[in-house]
Amino acid sequence: MLETFYDVMRRQGISRRSFLKYCSLTAAALGLGPEFAGKIAHAMETKPRIPILWLHGLECTCCSESFIRSAHPLAKDVILSMVSLDYDDTIMAAAGQQAEAIVEETIKKYDGNFILAVEGNPPLNQDGMSCIIGGKPFLDQLTRVAKHCKAIISWGSCASYGCVQAAAPNPTKATPVHKVIHDKPIIKVPGCPPIAEVMTAVVTYILTFEKFPELDRQGRPKMFYSQRIHDKCYRRPHFDAGQFVEHFDDEGARKGYCLYKVGCKGPTTYNACSTIRWNEGTSFPIQAGHGCIGCSEDGFWDKGSWYARLTDIKPFGIEANADTIGIAAASTVGVAIAAHAAASAVSRAKANQSNQPVTTKGQGE
Amino acid sequence: MGVITTPNGYTLDNSGQRVVIDPVTRIEGHMRCEVNIDSSNVIRNAVSTGTMWRGLEVILKGRDPRDAWAFVERICGVCTGCHALTSVRAVEDALGIKIPLNAHLIREMMAKTLQVHDHVVHFYHLHALDWVNPVNALKADPKATSTLQQTVSPAHPLSSPGYFRDVQTRIKRFIESGQLGPFKNGYWDNPAYKLPPEADLMAVAHYLEALDLQKEFVKVHTVFGGKNPHPNYLVGGVPCAINMDQNYSAGAPLNMERLNFVRARIEEMIAFNKNVYVPDVIAIASFYKNQLWGGGHGAINVMDYGDYAKVPYDKSTDQLPGGVILNGNWNEVMPIDPRNPEEVQEFVTHSWYSYPDESKGLHPWDGITEPNYVLGANAKGTRTDIKELDESAKYSWIKAPRWKGHAVEVGPLSRYTIAYAKGIGYVQEQLARSIASFNQLAGTALDPKGVLHSTIGRTLARALESEYCADMMMDDWQALIGNIKAGDTTTANMEKWDPSTWPKEAKGVGNVAAPRGALGHWIKIKDGKIENYQCVVPTTWNGSPRDPAGNIGAFEACLMNTPVERPNEPVEILRSLHSFDPCLACSTHVMGPDGEELTTVKVR
Repeated sequence: MLETFYDVMRRQGISRRSFLKYCSLTAAALGLGPEFAGKIAHAMETKPRIPILWLHGLECTCCSESFIRSAHPLAKDVILSMVSLDYDDTIMAAAGQQAEAIVEETIKKYDGNFILAVEGNPPLNQDGMSCIIGGKPFLDQLTRVAKHCKAIISWGSCASYGCVQAAAPNPTKATPVHKVIHDKPIIKVPGCPPIAEVMTAVVTYILTFEKFPELDRQGRPKMFYSQRIHDKCYRRPHFDAGQFVEHFDDEGARKGYCLYKVGCKGPTTYNACSTIRWNEGTSFPIQAGHGCIGCSEDGFWDKGSWYARLTDIKPFGIEANADTIGIAAASTVGVAIAAHAAASAVSRAKANQSNQPVTTKGQGE
Repeated sequence: MGVITTPNGYTLDNSGQRVVIDPVTRIEGHMRCEVNIDSSNVIRNAVSTGTMWRGLEVILKGRDPRDAWAFVERICGVCTGCHALTSVRAVEDALGIKIPLNAHLIREMMAKTLQVHDHVVHFYHLHALDWVNPVNALKADPKATSTLQQTVSPAHPLSSPGYFRDVQTRIKRFIESGQLGPFKNGYWDNPAYKLPPEADLMAVAHYLEALDLQKEFVKVHTVFGGKNPHPNYLVGGVPCAINMDQNYSAGAPLNMERLNFVRARIEEMIAFNKNVYVPDVIAIASFYKNQLWGGGHGAINVMDYGDYAKVPYDKSTDQLPGGVILNGNWNEVMPIDPRNPEEVQEFVTHSWYSYPDESKGLHPWDGITEPNYVLGANAKGTRTDIKELDESAKYSWIKAPRWKGHAVEVGPLSRYTIAYAKGIGYVQEQLARSIASFNQLAGTALDPKGVLHSTIGRTLARALESEYCADMMMDDWQALIGNIKAGDTTTANMEKWDPSTWPKEAKGVGNVAAPRGALGHWIKIKDGKIENYQCVVPTTWNGSPRDPAGNIGAFEACLMNTPVERPNEPVEILRSLHSFDPCLACSTHVMGPDGEELTTVKVR
């Protein structure tokens, strides 16, 4: 008899009232209306904890580290009460044969009914032996587990796109999960790493609604990846006003002006950094004075220096196609300022802004 | 192989039962360990293998040196930021850039925040389950646990019987659910676990407290670097400009509110170290007083570059000084020079790389990393299904770094050995206090060397370093406020930001006291681009395979002569390996200069 999340909470002495409050907060954290609180409560009351096998390929473990930073829900509550994290080599007690046995046991007991979470990616060069698990290529473990899982969460930019080890010339031929697994639903949660509360919200959403949230055509959840950082950046008014940081620690840097001219990739990066922010909403890269490096975008390592000004954005605002202005902006500083000042004025004059997404074609596509 | 004696004094015998642990879990990255156990269940031969590599150094070639920090930061997301810091130091060293005092102090706080975070998470979430049995905690009397808590740490507020009863209830329900999650298939009936139930329950409670608190500690990175993991760095200083009382201060990276926020986090770190982490380690260690094995090179053959300069760019003011101690001679600390081609060298005789002449080592500035994945003639299994490795041949993705040919251990224990030997007052006082406390609880009369030369010593030194770093951080915070008060709000030196100001060719070194030990990056810059980049990281030192002379590295050394309760349950092996906090993604990120494709597997 498997215990439900609600059972666990009740047994801990948590009142029904507190439980329902928790459900409301969860709904709010997910950006859902209060009517969803009841739905979440029902789901929590009736479901056993779903097993998760969290596999690690070539990676740096920043996704796991980010995950344990989650404030709502707390990582301990996810692990103890929401899911059954049966395999995760970063935190599991067992090692060696006892660890490997868990994989087989889960496949046997929960065939087709567990979630596979992947952090990192499999390398294909060197017979796959540049990432060895149990004496065999990581790719073997990945394909074996994927065959029996219900669905796959590709954590972070490694699993989603390849990330740093796949940067040119990709010496190990590190390959994102969707390029080697073709027959399972995959949700990509990119970022290096993804924001902690985004990770736990994705898990909570899947548990609650028993399905993936709506995905964009790249396979990312729309709820967190449908807006550019630039679109909701608190420094956006300075961009529109043509007020820029010219170099680090100048007067503009101290006033919190726009970082576009020192290379900020916020205008081409889809993520929730400027809305949800990092580490329980404490800050995000732009607030701390460094431009966005675009870490949730496919192939961001090979799209130029962090400090090179974007030349392919639309400086007239989110609606316009103005590549030519972008090129002009890069030519001289004086012209750039003038162009942006003009852009800003034009933007303000425009009425109906339509959100036309930028199409960025990267190596993972 | 039979029986051989290594130049560094170990007798290796691979005739006994071979035990393979792959994967070694609760580490960063991927690792395999094989040991031979004799008929008395004592380890007589140990083989440590890094089982991954990613190729970051070749990826860096030809890129902008100012971008390198972000690439190498992704070597590791656990010790996040330490590679970035090492990188900006290497680039600044090459280009002759001196950073402002405020930038120095902010970087210090970020580095020490990482130390505290990494050490706390390591002890509670990666290491504790080697010492602590959560299943046994169910037998504890919450009242007796409360008494124990108040004995070992009267200052910790979470100590009531009701608190421990709640924790126990939660764990009980969790275990009774039948879904054991991370505790599944643990070795919970193994007699190697020695804690009484009350100590187990106290430690489990702190496992959960630490999990909640660690997310607070890292917010120092979030303020200064915008996010954690992987905060942002900047060549020439820090990106977080200061605006205390001018227009738009509220939207500036640093203002009074932000600095107060950082101070509050530092206070949390100080309190947790003093009230929970250090007392826990001493209390737990005292129950394992009869298991002071696992010393290996620890406290005997040790190295660090030194860090935490009170005065920027003055190594003589390092609050954890560098140097090398060999053969347990604490009376002599030899200086180390990372630029000297005769000192730090890497060997590949037993690593999956090839050199033109593998009898010689190479200094990192001249490093070659040509992959060569081959198994020895005596290996069992196949190329893609290894059953047993042949350690007389190549057997790891980790190179073997040596200092003047000597295998040394790096890490908090090494830094503490050097600091103690060099007479750093804070460290001497800490060691005197904690070893007295250990002796009192354990009923022993050990001297510092007697405790430190062990697996427990490694774990204790890490806790003490965490305490020291938190205290130093408050000094840094005060110094930053003092410097701002004196009128200096500069955070970056942009004089040499433009590559047109750089020499045609330059080379530099960056060193950092990373959580796992001595970290070094060596860079060569040519025509404004990276020509060569090499990292020699702590786990490369500690996890290294054998060198041409046959010296064994620190992981292998620490396992030698350790008795194990049950050969098929690797509790003791995990305990000693985890005491180093292995980071395999760090140690095995290297790749050949051409990054050539060798063979490719078929994707099914």
